[in-house]
Amino acid sequence: MVNITINGRQIKAADGATILNAARAHNIHIPTLCANEEVAPYGACRLCLVEIKTARGRERLVTSCIYLVEEGLTVQTDTERIKKIRRMLLELLLARCPDSEEIQKLAKEAGVARTRFVEQTGNNKCVLCANCARTCEEVVGVSAISLAKRGVEREMTTPFSKDLSDVCIGCGSCSYSCPTGAITMEDIKGTRYIKWPHNSIKFKMRQCSVCGQYWAPEKQIEYVAKTSGTPLSDYDKCPDCRD
Amino acid sequence: MAKLKSPGELEALRNSIIKKRDPAKPCITVCNGTGCQAYGSKSIVAAFQDEVKKQDLGAKVDVKAIGCPGFCERGTLVVIKPKDIFYQRVRPRDVPEIIAETIGKGNVVSRLLFTDRATNEKVTKESDVPFYKKQMRLIIGNNGLIDPTVIDDYLAIGGYTALAKALKMTPENIIDEVKKSGLRGRGGAGFPTGSKWESTRHAHGDIKYVISNADEGDPGAFMDRSLVEGNPHSVLEGMIIGAYAIGSHEGYIYIRNEYPLAVRNMRLALEQAEAYGLLGDDILGSGFSFSIKIKRGGGAFVCGESTALMASLEGKVGEPRAKYIHTSEQGLWGRPSNLNNVETWANVPVIINKGADWYAKIGTAGSKGTKIFALVGNITNTGLVEVPMGTILREIVFDIGGGIPKGRKFKAVQTGGPSGGMIPESLLDLPVDFDELTRAGSMMGSGGMIVMDEKTCMVDMARYYTTFLEGESCGKCLPCREGLRQMKYILDGITMGRGKEGDLQLLEELCGTLVDASLCQLGQSAPNPVMSSIRHFRDEYEAHIKEHKCPAGVCKFGG
Repeated sequence: MVNITINGRQIKAADGATILNAARAHNIHIPTLCANEEVAPYGACRLCLVEIKTARGRERLVTSCIYLVEEGLTVQTDTERIKKIRRMLLELLLARCPDSEEIQKLAKEAGVARTRFVEQTGNNKCVLCANCARTCEEVVGVSAISLAKRGVEREMTTPFSKDLSDVCIGCGSCSYSCPTGAITMEDIKGTRYIKWPHNSIKFKMRQCSVCGQYWAPEKQIEYVAKTSGTPLSDYDKCPDCRD
Repeated sequence: MAKLKSPGELEALRNSIIKKRDPAKPCITVCNGTGCQAYGSKSIVAAFQDEVKKQDLGAKVDVKAIGCPGFCERGTLVVIKPKDIFYQRVRPRDVPEIIAETIGKGNVVSRLLFTDRATNEKVTKESDVPFYKKQMRLIIGNNGLIDPTVIDDYLAIGGYTALAKALKMTPENIIDEVKKSGLRGRGGAGFPTGSKWESTRHAHGDIKYVISNADEGDPGAFMDRSLVEGNPHSVLEGMIIGAYAIGSHEGYIYIRNEYPLAVRNMRLALEQAEAYGLLGDDILGSGFSFSIKIKRGGGAFVCGESTALMASLEGKVGEPRAKYIHTSEQGLWGRPSNLNNVETWANVPVIINKGADWYAKIGTAGSKGTKIFALVGNITNTGLVEVPMGTILREIVFDIGGGIPKGRKFKAVQTGGPSGGMIPESLLDLPVDFDELTRAGSMMGSGGMIVMDEKTCMVDMARYYTTFLEGESCGKCLPCREGLRQMKYILDGITMGRGKEGDLQLLEELCGTLVDASLCQLGQSAPNPVMSSIRHFRDEYEAHIKEHKCPAGVCKFGG
């Protein structure tokens, strides 16, 4: 354990924890969009910036989702400088995704009523935090979706922006990890519909041989059977109907 | 070629090369960098070779294609050694006359000489050309002496003596020497090179990498390209010395693929150095082994940033990551890695040969040695300028650069490339070094210097640089991607007459956020052109916004 101070509170933090982990463990709120403990820190949304002073007296701004705690570290999460940066970032986010409820909520929290920047259309709530693509790669292990192009043209997309992906198993982890609801997943009458900001794919689902419920996409079952080395017949029943 | 097994064998080889060469035999050198090749310098080399063959002068004269000597404005340049006769703006049709008059009869072709505008006198010798005379060409100067595709040329001017010397020193002694020299990274950030080497040497890990950054991507900058094209062995020699000092056995040179000649010349240099045993196993019998691979980059500006460059080297998308753990500890493939710019590497042999004390006498208190600048824009003498750190900006622009053409007035100079800042006339007496440029709201960057005259609109220039950076932002972090998008939108508006009250304040706030919140140096320095132009030319912004007028007459309003 290491001793750190956050907003004047003395805290014991686990070795190897990020400032964000340590703060959250002690119910200190730091806003984030791209932080997700299931995947490696990324540091893209910059909302979690905090001011630190090291034991050796070095002061700087760091992303709390990446910076690891160290003995004697002093952290300020809500200084005027931090608030000013967050407000500007939220103005930029509001301009990017004017119809995202999550962004509106974060903006309100930070005291931003409206954006002075030109609002964009067509981003469909996607803030390009890459949580979806990183989850797909690091957790699921298939890399069915990714970020394509560079800079302002960057977009979250399927291969070649087509409404198909050979490797997508339809698991929907992207949808779960999306902080703004830009990726939706719906199961309707034996078909799963996943909608990304610019593409969508349909997946045939497997029906439970006992209760008749459609319980998972066929491709996901095939993937799980293959990676776990179990026979496909093990998946005839849904989890509820298994012994 | 047999591999050299000791420093003694290297010296013997050098002596035999020098002995075979007759210093009195005329040698026609033709500059043949990418810029002059585009001008047709290859056909000039061919014309000289044809003419020499036709007249059977092979025993009397040599023809040599050299790298870029720097005076690009007057290219293609032909220098006839050993008399040092300097011909400028040479075209293929001039070749027979040069051969007949200068080589045949020893006469100077007067019409091809350079005229010094200050005195209106013709200059015969290269060393008397004012553009060169006021420089200190420690690094780039050797471009004029060698054919970069021939390692023997480099050996003949003392190449790899520093390596032989270094291999007899301890790694710690070399690092001390580099630290004592005060050498700072020429890639732009100016980090002390010796300290970086020391951190990498002390970092934990058996495998360490040494990397050379030749990913120069600034509009208007071409010093790194010219160095790699014109003297690749100087970069290699520096890298091998660095690798020995750091304890690395594998190196990479990251060159953008848009520099095909640089890639080609560096590849040849690697092959030739390997053939002589200057690279590879047991270098000069020292027991030290080091090999280098070339990696070609796709030409993304952001890949000049160290972590993005290393991601690209790993075959990943070239995007930066947070550097809370230095790349000297965890860089390429998570291993300790030492990245330096090609110009930094090329300074190393000079330091080892001449000593840290000698080197540290050049420059200012905080910035030692020389720096190569690419002087471009509205300037009489476009070219590469190498001067001691601390040289006054006015001297670079007016004494060396020859001032502003067409009788116009100087307005500003953008230093540090697109993410540098605009320096106005009032700061022309600034000594140019790392710290002074930062203090003036600009930066050293890799050494681009874009001169602007009175007909330049500063708002339009800020818009131009912002457009470039918006296009080169990788898009990973929010402030850089969205911030530059909005910054460009506002600047587009101002230059098209859509500027409104509050734009300047919003721009300033936005700039502050990019500086504070961007993930990497690209985003953090991207506001420099806007911030420096607002700081020094606020009235121009106000004229655009309030009066819908462009004082320089560049921006077209209405419609």
